[in-house]
Amino acid sequence: MNLQRLRGLIRKEFIQILRDPSAIAIAFVLPVFLLFLFGYGVSLDARHIPIAVVVDQPTAETSAFVGGLEHSPYFTPEIYGSLHQAREAVMDRKADGIVWLRADFSRQVIQGKTAPIGVLVNGVDANNARIMEGYMQGVWQNWLQQRALNAGKPLIIPINAEPRIWFNPALRSRDFLVPGLIAVIMTLIGALLTALVVAREWERGTMEALMATPVTMAEILLGKLIPYFIMGMGGLLLSVALAVWLFAVPLVGSFWVLLLCSALFLLAALGMGLLISSAARNQFVAGQIAIIVTFLPAFILSGFIFDIQSMPAPIRLVTHIVAARYFVSILQTVFLVGDVWSIILWNSLALLLMALFFLGVTWRRSRKRLD
Amino acid sequence: MLARIWALVIKEFLALMRDKKSRFVLIGPPIIQLLVFGYAATYDLNHIPYAVYNQDSGFASRQLLGEFQGSTAFKQVATIENEGQIAPLINNEKALLVLNIGPHFTRDLLMHHPAPLQVIINGRNSNTATLALNYVNTVLMHFDVRWAQEHHWGRPPAQLVVRSWFNPNLLSRWFIVPGIVALLVLVVTLLVTGLSVAREREQGTFDQLLVTPMRPVEILLGKAIPGFVIGALEGLFIVLVAVFWFQVPFVGSILALVLGLALFLLAAVGIGLMISSLSVTQQQGLLGVFIFLVPAIILSGFATPIANMPEVVQYLTYLNPMRYFLVIVRGVFLEGDNIPMLWPQYWPLAIIALCSMAAAAWLFRHRMQ
Repeated sequence: MNLQRLRGLIRKEFIQILRDPSAIAIAFVLPVFLLFLFGYGVSLDARHIPIAVVVDQPTAETSAFVGGLEHSPYFTPEIYGSLHQAREAVMDRKADGIVWLRADFSRQVIQGKTAPIGVLVNGVDANNARIMEGYMQGVWQNWLQQRALNAGKPLIIPINAEPRIWFNPALRSRDFLVPGLIAVIMTLIGALLTALVVAREWERGTMEALMATPVTMAEILLGKLIPYFIMGMGGLLLSVALAVWLFAVPLVGSFWVLLLCSALFLLAALGMGLLISSAARNQFVAGQIAIIVTFLPAFILSGFIFDIQSMPAPIRLVTHIVAARYFVSILQTVFLVGDVWSIILWNSLALLLMALFFLGVTWRRSRKRLD
Repeated sequence: MLARIWALVIKEFLALMRDKKSRFVLIGPPIIQLLVFGYAATYDLNHIPYAVYNQDSGFASRQLLGEFQGSTAFKQVATIENEGQIAPLINNEKALLVLNIGPHFTRDLLMHHPAPLQVIINGRNSNTATLALNYVNTVLMHFDVRWAQEHHWGRPPAQLVVRSWFNPNLLSRWFIVPGIVALLVLVVTLLVTGLSVAREREQGTFDQLLVTPMRPVEILLGKAIPGFVIGALEGLFIVLVAVFWFQVPFVGSILALVLGLALFLLAAVGIGLMISSLSVTQQQGLLGVFIFLVPAIILSGFATPIANMPEVVQYLTYLNPMRYFLVIVRGVFLEGDNIPMLWPQYWPLAIIALCSMAAAAWLFRHRMQ
């Protein structure tokens, strides 16, 4: 290892970066663009769900229930004259569901029978339907409580559940989506920065020229790694700054832990890009592989949106080869919970091993050979 | 003219399929991803890990805990003895929730007082927390109804009777797997088209192509057809897997789906070629693909509903071809839609396809180094 040669290679890489500004765009413009779009765009918090209400025979009892729906921040009820019309509205996707109070609703309520409240939901988006069902239960319980209070009678729901949601009491989905997005974005940046750089040298024949010089393969790889590592860390700091200052996601844990773990993750991501690049030796194929192995696995298998615990066991095993999985866990913990060492250390160890694996395999595969 | 286009199509297929790695990349990963994502991408919770802190020694709490133990959605991971043990379990993600039953639970219930039950939930992922709470409420409601009946609490004046259309058991796989059809078709199409012009530009062969007698329209068709064919074949294959492997019901018209797939492919091919012909190097092409692909997927309604997005972003999604195709796939699969019902989805796709194709053809000649 010769530091002067290494410095020369790094300088060369930076000059190339400046020549094609797309690398700078990847490191600094892409994270800002994506965080803006997703920080504002992605949310799982349903509000004002349009719902069709059909009341066969309006009375004081029914208007109390409909009033509860109107006061709920989760629903925007609209009255329809008949079940048929309401059904049409659901078919036309104007409403997500129907609440149907039948003609004998009031009579049954007054006679002390249990009147059915028909709730028909469009189950195509099952997650949304389930969340809606939960909100509907809330409206129903409020209505029961209000009735019991007005009549001076005790509430007839035996268990009074008191949920305590730690770390995110207001259940703001942005607070977990934005840290998760940082992991997805950094996966993209890491692979995009390095996926093509070695393949490019092979494709253009400049790799052979480099081989004719005294530089070693390790120096060539480090010469590729260091510039993009610096740029990647710049992009990361930018993302964290946006998350904290623009999206007001609390950063409970320590900044330095976050920085250190991010460096490990970035090494793994860059290493994966370098491995793709030196395995493909062809920019076109390297680009295709980068598209396939980065975004979708980081999006679906990292626990960013879909809960890993609920996946079938073989798929849970597969998630272990996705570096973003460990980083998402670290980010969500450091941002929302704090420095929980058992989580940080294990996941960092996994990231370290992945980085070593990718860089080691790349180094072993990149012998000074022309074939 | 047809002979010229045909020759170009053959050349494009050769360029894609000649290389063993490239051939594998186009066929292997989409199938693997379909299977992995089909199982992974679900919002339904299974074996929710929970811990119990039961300070009550009566039979009511035991009966309640029995309900949780009997449910497949829950899996008890710990029984704890004091309050101090709660935080480590939640902080280390050993348990998603802790049921904290107070010391007077049974006594309260027997005296016809509502008994408090504290449910402490790990809110790191607020969606999982909301869903877990819903699952807990379902178990509690079950218990409530039984308890009220057995111990003469009186009946509630009204009860929700929930029924869901199109997906009676609310399996989120039925929602996600048709979405994966759209997802992978888009990715494959961009793989084929996104870098193809950029590669020729970088290698200088595109200039050669431009000085041949071929007109831009012919070059466009020659470049578009391979993407369309590969996308269509893989798309139809994925639909078959969704129906026969994942057992997602398919109740709508096949023709409506095929028409939607064709229009979506045209739009995706057009956008891929537009990105590709805008870029001078493959690095730029790759960046372009991601700048389109990532927002197209996240703002499509694939994982998070469009209705939850702010209004400005909702307007932005009208430019996204995947938004329309998702409605088509899910509509045809689950809701039994046919061609006339999906007309509002078809025409925007057709417009996007036309505009992007025209832009790509124009860029062929007007974007020079």
